[in-house]
Amino acid sequence: MPSTSRTATDHARPRLGAHLRLAFDPVRDRHVLMGPESVVVLNPTGAAVLGLCDGTRTVAEIVAELRGRYAGVAGEEVRDFLARLAAKRCLELRDD
Amino acid sequence: MTDATPPPFGLLAELTYACPLRCPYCSNPLDLDGHRAELSTAEWCRVVAEAAELGVLQLHLSGGEPLQRRDVAEIVRAATGRGLYTNLITSALGLSRRRAEELRAAGLDHVQISVQADDPAVSDGIAGITSYARKVAAARLVKELGWPLTLNVVLHRRNLDGIAGILALAEELDADRLELANTQYYGWAWRNRTALLPTRAQLDRAEAAVRAAHARLKGRMEIIYVLPDYYSRYPKPCMGGWGRRQLTVTPTGDALPCPAAHELPLPRASVRAASLAAIWRDSPLFERFRGTDWMPDPCRSCDRRETDFGGCRCQAFLLTGDASRTDPVCHLSPDHHLVADAVRAAGEDGEAALIPRRRAAR
Repeated sequence: MPSTSRTATDHARPRLGAHLRLAFDPVRDRHVLMGPESVVVLNPTGAAVLGLCDGTRTVAEIVAELRGRYAGVAGEEVRDFLARLAAKRCLELRDD
Repeated sequence: MTDATPPPFGLLAELTYACPLRCPYCSNPLDLDGHRAELSTAEWCRVVAEAAELGVLQLHLSGGEPLQRRDVAEIVRAATGRGLYTNLITSALGLSRRRAEELRAAGLDHVQISVQADDPAVSDGIAGITSYARKVAAARLVKELGWPLTLNVVLHRRNLDGIAGILALAEELDADRLELANTQYYGWAWRNRTALLPTRAQLDRAEAAVRAAHARLKGRMEIIYVLPDYYSRYPKPCMGGWGRRQLTVTPTGDALPCPAAHELPLPRASVRAASLAAIWRDSPLFERFRGTDWMPDPCRSCDRRETDFGGCRCQAFLLTGDASRTDPVCHLSPDHHLVADAVRAAGEDGEAALIPRRRAAR
């Protein structure tokens, strides 16, 4: 089993937890992240970040890609967001 | 209410009150015979469609034992077809390989299995039926088929001392989540309160064991420990607030803000007579304790009124006879002595006999 780190380092390749589902909810007009007994309603930035967490991109690549799309992306905030979701087991942060 | 009422996140569908188990803390009504005219498959599929349209994201299929109905997979298909996340809450009795594969094919997302204790004989004794071995086999099947597994154990005086064994069982079964829920005193549990209420010493030992497991299993298993509110200073934000995040539909089609609310003397709202959206937004039942305007003091002027929403309406009703009072669990409630008295009485008479839930067939 690959090691799973608790902090979102630049070379980690985050991906959604095995039992999580990212979906768009037309009623709330928001993306939502659903797991067993949990729902996280995402703001547009959070949804954009999670949409890039496919297990192939590194955290550094995700931050770079977001900077191409939006102005004022703070790498630290993205790393914090990813670490928070990882702590809730919504996200796996694979180092390889 | 207005269109500003935020939509619910979850629907608890109680498909039937029939159950082969006889757990003495069952939250189902004491009057089990009054619920035989169950919603049909077509009615449930309509309710699920209306729920999705209203903004429900997760469907929790429960009971009784939901697998007592043959149409669970069909109801799951109606839900997954509309993008809902589906969760089966089961005793595991009836979860054969054939049915599990059928549910997997229907798109069921998650399975929660109840176990009554760590020890097979104690578990079977509480359940009132030989079931422990079948539950363990079903839990392994759930993992084999690739589902996330939650084990749920309702905690009380008779099984709390086995909590280390429960944690070890969950680890051995490779559960993704373990829900350790101290008994809440409604329905049959209310009837058995004196025999089920744990002692403070039992709770202290259990909490230490849970804390240690939490640290040891971090990142591997999520452990949810639902605090016993009779021993808390503040009440729980029951259901995340009345008519705020969740709703329940009973086997016969009554919509409720909380699964225990059938005990309250309030107007009914039936999915047989109105749409789920109309019930959620406008029914007197869902409006009754929504928000903070209904609150008496000490809640009305309390900083925590939007944190715990006055606690549990059913608990206030059962303890005081008035559902609109502050939950007596709160140490600020003028009725708090009722909770303190119950805890004291249980300490003195904890060996009272348990009354098992009556067996109910479909």
